[in-house]
Amino acid sequence: MAAPTFTIPALEDDLAIPAIAEGAMAHSKPFVAKPEHQEALGFPGQLVEGWHDKAIAKMGDLLGKSRALRVFLDSCVKCGACTDKCHYFLGTGDPKNMPVARQDLMRQVYRRHFTLAGKFFPGLVGAKDLTKDVLDDWYAYFHQCSQCRRCAVFCPYGIDTAEISMAGREIMDHIGMGQKYSNEIIAKVHKFGNNLGLQEKGLRATLASLEDDMEEATGVKVRIPVNEKGAEVLLVTPSADFFASPHIEGLMGYAKVFHQANISWTVSSYASEAANFALFVGSHEQMHKIALRIRQAALDLGVKRIVFGECGHAWRVAYSFLNTLAGPWDFLDPAYPAPQHICEVTYDLIQKGALSFDKSKNDDKVVTFHDSCNVARGSRMGDMPDGQFRIPREIIKACCNNFVDMREDTIGAKTFCCGGGGGLLTDDLMELRVKGAMPRMQALNEVIKSHGVTHMAAICAICKSQFGTVMPKYGMGMDMIVSVHQLVSNAIRIEPAQATASA
Amino acid sequence: MLLKKMDSRFRGNDRMDVNGDRGMNALTVTYALLFYAAVAVFVLGLAYRVRLYARTPAPFKIPTPPAPITQGGVVLRMAREVCLFESLFKANKWIWLFAMLFHAALVLVLLRHLRYFQEPVWTWVELIQPFGLYAGFVMVVGLAGLWARRFLVERVRYISSPSDHLMLALFVAIGLSGLALKYGERTDVVALKAFALGLVRFDWQPLPAEPFLLVHLALVALLMAIFPFSKLLHAPGVFFSPTRNQVDDARSRRHLARFAAAFDK
Repeated sequence: MAAPTFTIPALEDDLAIPAIAEGAMAHSKPFVAKPEHQEALGFPGQLVEGWHDKAIAKMGDLLGKSRALRVFLDSCVKCGACTDKCHYFLGTGDPKNMPVARQDLMRQVYRRHFTLAGKFFPGLVGAKDLTKDVLDDWYAYFHQCSQCRRCAVFCPYGIDTAEISMAGREIMDHIGMGQKYSNEIIAKVHKFGNNLGLQEKGLRATLASLEDDMEEATGVKVRIPVNEKGAEVLLVTPSADFFASPHIEGLMGYAKVFHQANISWTVSSYASEAANFALFVGSHEQMHKIALRIRQAALDLGVKRIVFGECGHAWRVAYSFLNTLAGPWDFLDPAYPAPQHICEVTYDLIQKGALSFDKSKNDDKVVTFHDSCNVARGSRMGDMPDGQFRIPREIIKACCNNFVDMREDTIGAKTFCCGGGGGLLTDDLMELRVKGAMPRMQALNEVIKSHGVTHMAAICAICKSQFGTVMPKYGMGMDMIVSVHQLVSNAIRIEPAQATASA
Repeated sequence: MLLKKMDSRFRGNDRMDVNGDRGMNALTVTYALLFYAAVAVFVLGLAYRVRLYARTPAPFKIPTPPAPITQGGVVLRMAREVCLFESLFKANKWIWLFAMLFHAALVLVLLRHLRYFQEPVWTWVELIQPFGLYAGFVMVVGLAGLWARRFLVERVRYISSPSDHLMLALFVAIGLSGLALKYGERTDVVALKAFALGLVRFDWQPLPAEPFLLVHLALVALLMAIFPFSKLLHAPGVFFSPTRNQVDDARSRRHLARFAAAFDK
């Protein structure tokens, strides 16, 4: 890989708030979607004639459809509470990466066109026309928001910048200025069933070789079934789990859990992707379409439960939106929440005593846990508030002897994004990804120094990919990042399938 | 209790003409009309905005953690947010301190002013009078702290528009002109109360022509008039914020907004 053309932030003892550096990241823009990526989703191929009026009309349309957008654009008092909360601001110092300033890119246009104050006294209230320069700012800075919602936790009015950057991207899609990475992937999920373009034949071959690997390592035949009708559980997992380390080790963990608990399960080649990238571009129509694949797969395979693998925003869409988008789930077994997270499944089995672990298998590790932003702030697990923080940690502690948490203001509801979420996990945004990872790397570095932490576990495909890429730039090994179910896979005691086990 | 004695003059039906002059002057008419107009803009503008918020669908469940799993929990969460500024406390202790001083003092000051609009004055309104007086100072201190941050903290300076400074200036001017009425040239509160009650009863009484009072009242009218068009909308807005007012029950209850319902057809 070519040497980076930017400076990698130093990891200090304390996380300092940077001085503002105007325009520091103005050059950071992802590739614009090509006409074929746009048109596949029904968006115009390139910046349309009369884009200004169309953008304003689309903004009006969204204001009528989203109470969040309207209330958030009206309510900000510019108190400054959010200004030091965004990992991209902390990593870059660019003031337009302060959540309020990012929102103001849209708020200034909203005020100009949708409020009396902005129509009559634009200078007074900071209202601006949507010029090409402002549109370019939108493209740059709405693609420097990973929609992690950390700012929303601290805002006294709960203003969620994610809602605003999603709306901004939706407006830009509708005038022909979409982002290549996200839109290309959405088109792929429609065509192949997953973000990576894996086809059924390849998927079956990959999973068969994984079964062989597991049998070789454990002496036990653990199955990873594909398209098996009548299975109890449909597992919907990010396609990275079929493809690369450390994701694939996580998949082996899920397989061993289902195996040992004697739960029949299957993946679907039609819905072979948990991720729903339409969330990132704010398109409810696309989100709906992608979500319906999962309903269709569940109906076709006749399953009783739907379980999601380790994927952050996929779990947000699954937990918070799937019932709205693709419900009701009245054909599933009402004894289980629909859908469930794999961590909930594993945790419940541990509670029931159905799984046992040889913790010493993970004794080569001192493990910490990275709360993935969309799980932490967009969803929940279990039947109690904060279950999304407690349950993964309980699983790790059940299969590891050495667990340490990072600094309190960098975990749980206040966790930092990995720096690659929200449709930004693309090489054309590498500088942003590396700098945006700095706050997490700083907190990790603290526990490396103080507690000798050797591994960081996560439950999100984007987090795992992002950390695998950026950790080496901070002098950490790329294999430090592990899946939670990789730790499970290492330590779980498995026995040959029971005679009663049948699909 | 001098105050009580003076206020007692308003009891009963034989209201006294405190200026000994029942003739309306241009000033009184101007201010009376100004206040009716300001109240009308305030009430109608706010009602329009609240109606808009209420009628705009919230298509998805987007509460932020720790999200309550019952409606009762949401009520408690909103109460903590509105009364204690819970999220702001997590975010920044200085902003929280100054914001709390300002808002809490403002509430006391507003309650203290109730006495101008009621006859007889409720007991608890009488009891808080001395506190309301101190609150006037506290309010200005809180505002000064918030304003200082707009100059001293680089990040907050960057996000401040002229209107953000003017809004603080307006509140400070209202606070200082109010304090001047008490501690500078004492205003004729008896006449003022007659004017205020006259507005409420649609039976106009003369307004004392005192400079600080006129400034104070004009600024308050201005504040009411700009409320529905400004960032002061954060007051109703917080109650409609989906990240704060939603129950975390997306899996157990299907959330269907109008927009999402269209999908099912």
